[in-house]
Amino acid sequence: MLAFALKRLGLALLVALAVSALAFLLLRASGDVAIALAGEGARSEDIENIRRVYGLDRPLVVQYLEWLGRILRGDFGQSLYFKTDVLGLVADKLPTTAWLAVFALIFALAISIPLGVTAAVYPNSWVDRLCLALAVVGQAMPNFFFALILIMLFAVMLQLVPASGSDGWANFVLPSITLGYYVAPPFMRLIRSGMIDVLASDYVRTARAKGLSPASVVMKHALRNALVPVVALTAVQLGLLLGGSVVIETIFALDGLGYLAFRSITNMDLPVTQAIVTMLSFIYVALTLAADLINGWLDPRIRVG
Amino acid sequence: MSEVVVPLLDVAAPSRGTLLRRRVLGHKGFIIGVALLCAIIALALLAPLIAPHDPYEQDLARRLIPPIWYGQGRWAHPLGTDNLGRDYLSRVIYGARISLLIGVAVMVISGLIGTTLGLLAGYFGGRVDSVVTFIITVRLAMPLVLVALAVVATIGGSLTVVVLVLGLLRWDRFAVVTRAATQQVRALEFIAAAECTGASSLRIILGEVLPNITPQLVVVATVEAAQSILFEAALSFLGLGVQPPLPSWGLMIAEAKLYMFFSFWLIAIPGTALALLVLAINMVGDGVRDVTAPEAAR
Repeated sequence: MLAFALKRLGLALLVALAVSALAFLLLRASGDVAIALAGEGARSEDIENIRRVYGLDRPLVVQYLEWLGRILRGDFGQSLYFKTDVLGLVADKLPTTAWLAVFALIFALAISIPLGVTAAVYPNSWVDRLCLALAVVGQAMPNFFFALILIMLFAVMLQLVPASGSDGWANFVLPSITLGYYVAPPFMRLIRSGMIDVLASDYVRTARAKGLSPASVVMKHALRNALVPVVALTAVQLGLLLGGSVVIETIFALDGLGYLAFRSITNMDLPVTQAIVTMLSFIYVALTLAADLINGWLDPRIRVG
Repeated sequence: MSEVVVPLLDVAAPSRGTLLRRRVLGHKGFIIGVALLCAIIALALLAPLIAPHDPYEQDLARRLIPPIWYGQGRWAHPLGTDNLGRDYLSRVIYGARISLLIGVAVMVISGLIGTTLGLLAGYFGGRVDSVVTFIITVRLAMPLVLVALAVVATIGGSLTVVVLVLGLLRWDRFAVVTRAATQQVRALEFIAAAECTGASSLRIILGEVLPNITPQLVVVATVEAAQSILFEAALSFLGLGVQPPLPSWGLMIAEAKLYMFFSFWLIAIPGTALALLVLAINMVGDGVRDVTAPEAAR
C-alpha cells in the first residue's frame, strides 16, 4: 500500500507541475502582458519600462521558476486591477462559490432523485416521460439562456427574488437553480437506470417476497444501492459546476470565484487569473489523488494493477 | 423413402444490413434528430437563398419590430428586427452557419488529436500508454472554461481563435474513449491474425482497429459537436468569443440582453435555435449509440 501511495503521490506532483507550467505558458504566450498592462495609447518606452519593472524581459523559464517558487511559499502576488493581495482576494470569494456549488448540487439531487426513482418504478409512465424530457431539454438548453428566462420570470415579472447582486441568501436562489439544472441531467439518467437494474435484482425480489411494503423496498433496499455510483458522478460533475459557475456568477453578478475569474480575465489581471487557474488545477489533482488512494485502499486489485 | 427435406437456410435470420435498417427505422428519436439536423444544415447551406434580407443591413427607422405573432408585426420581417433594425429571421438563419461551423471544425480538430492519442495508447500500451495517460491527466486537471476564456481574451476573440482554442483543448473525451475502445479491440483474435500475416502496426491500426471503434467515435463526435456549440455560444455571450456584427446565436442573446424586459423574443428566438440544434445533435448521438451498441445487435 505504501509503495502504491508513494507512486500515486509522485505522479500527482508531476501532473501538478506540468499543469502549472502549461497554465503559465498558455496565459503568458497568448498575448503581450506588458502591452496589456500599459493600456491603450501607451508609448513604446513606457511598455519597455513596464517590461523591465515586472521582469517580463527575462526568459520565460526563469519567470516560471520564480513564479513557482513564490506560489509554493503561498505568495500569489498582487492583483493589478484590485491592487490587493491575490490570495486574500481569492479566499474572500471562495465561500460564495462553494455555497453556490453546494446549493446547486442539492437542487440537482432534489429533482433527480424523486424523478429518477419514480421513473424507474413506473417505466413509460408520464413521470418517466417528464424525467426524460427534463433531462433532454436540460442537456440542450444553454445555461445562460435558462438563466435569463429565470430572471425574466421570477425577478422581473413575479418579483420574488433579486435578479443580480450578492447581498444575501436570496441572491443564491436563481443561480443555484440554473447551475443545478445544468448539472442535473446525468444524475436523472444514472438514478433512473441504476434503480431499474437494482429493482430487477434478486435481493429486491427477496425483500418483496418477505412481504415488505413496496415503499420500504424502494426507499430502503433499492435506493441505497442505486446511489453508490451517484457519489462517483458527483465528483465528476464538480468540474462542470466550477466551469458553469463562471458563466452563471457573471450573469447574476454573484460575487464569487467565477465572477472574479471573469473580471480578472477581461481586465487582463494576469496574477489573479493565473492564481485561480493554478489553484483549481491543484484542487482537481488533490481530489483525484484522494479518490485513487481510497479506491486502492478499498480494492487491493487496483494497487497491483 | 421420399422424405421431404426442409431447406433450413431459407428461414435463416435476416442479414446484418436488414437488422441494422430495422433498428434505425424503429428508433424514433434518431429519425427525428436526423430530420431536424438536416433541416438546420439545409437552412445554413441555403442561407443566401432563404434569408429574406441581408443579415448585416441596418435600418434604424425599423428598430425592434416584434415578430408577426405579436399583432403589430410585418410580413417583411417575420421574426421582427433587432435594436439596429436588422432582420432577425435572416440573422438567425445565418447564425446556423456559425454554430455548425464551430461544431464541425472543433469536432474535426479535437477528434484528430484525441483519436490519434487514444489509438497509440490503446494499441501499443506500455510506456506509450503511460505517456498518453499522463498527457490526458494533465489536460483534465486544467479548468477548461477558465483557460479557454483567458486565452481567447488575451489573443482577441474571433471565429478562428475560438475554433482553434476549443479544438486544441477539447480532445480529452475522444482520447479517453478511443483508448478504452482500442484496448478492447486489441485483445481480439483478428488483430493477432493480422499481426501473423505480417501487417504493419499502422495498417492494423487504420485498417483493423479504427473501423471497429467507429460507432463509439461517432457518439463522442456528436457529444463534442453539441458541447462546442454551447461553449462558443457561452463565450460569445460573455463577449469573449465571436465578435459583432457576426450573427452568432450566443452573441445575439448578449446584444439583446438590454432589451429583454420589453422584447423578450429577442433572446427567446436565438436561444430556442441553439437548444433545437443541440437537441438534434444529441438525439442523433443517442440514436447511434442505441443502434450500434452490442446488446442491441441481437
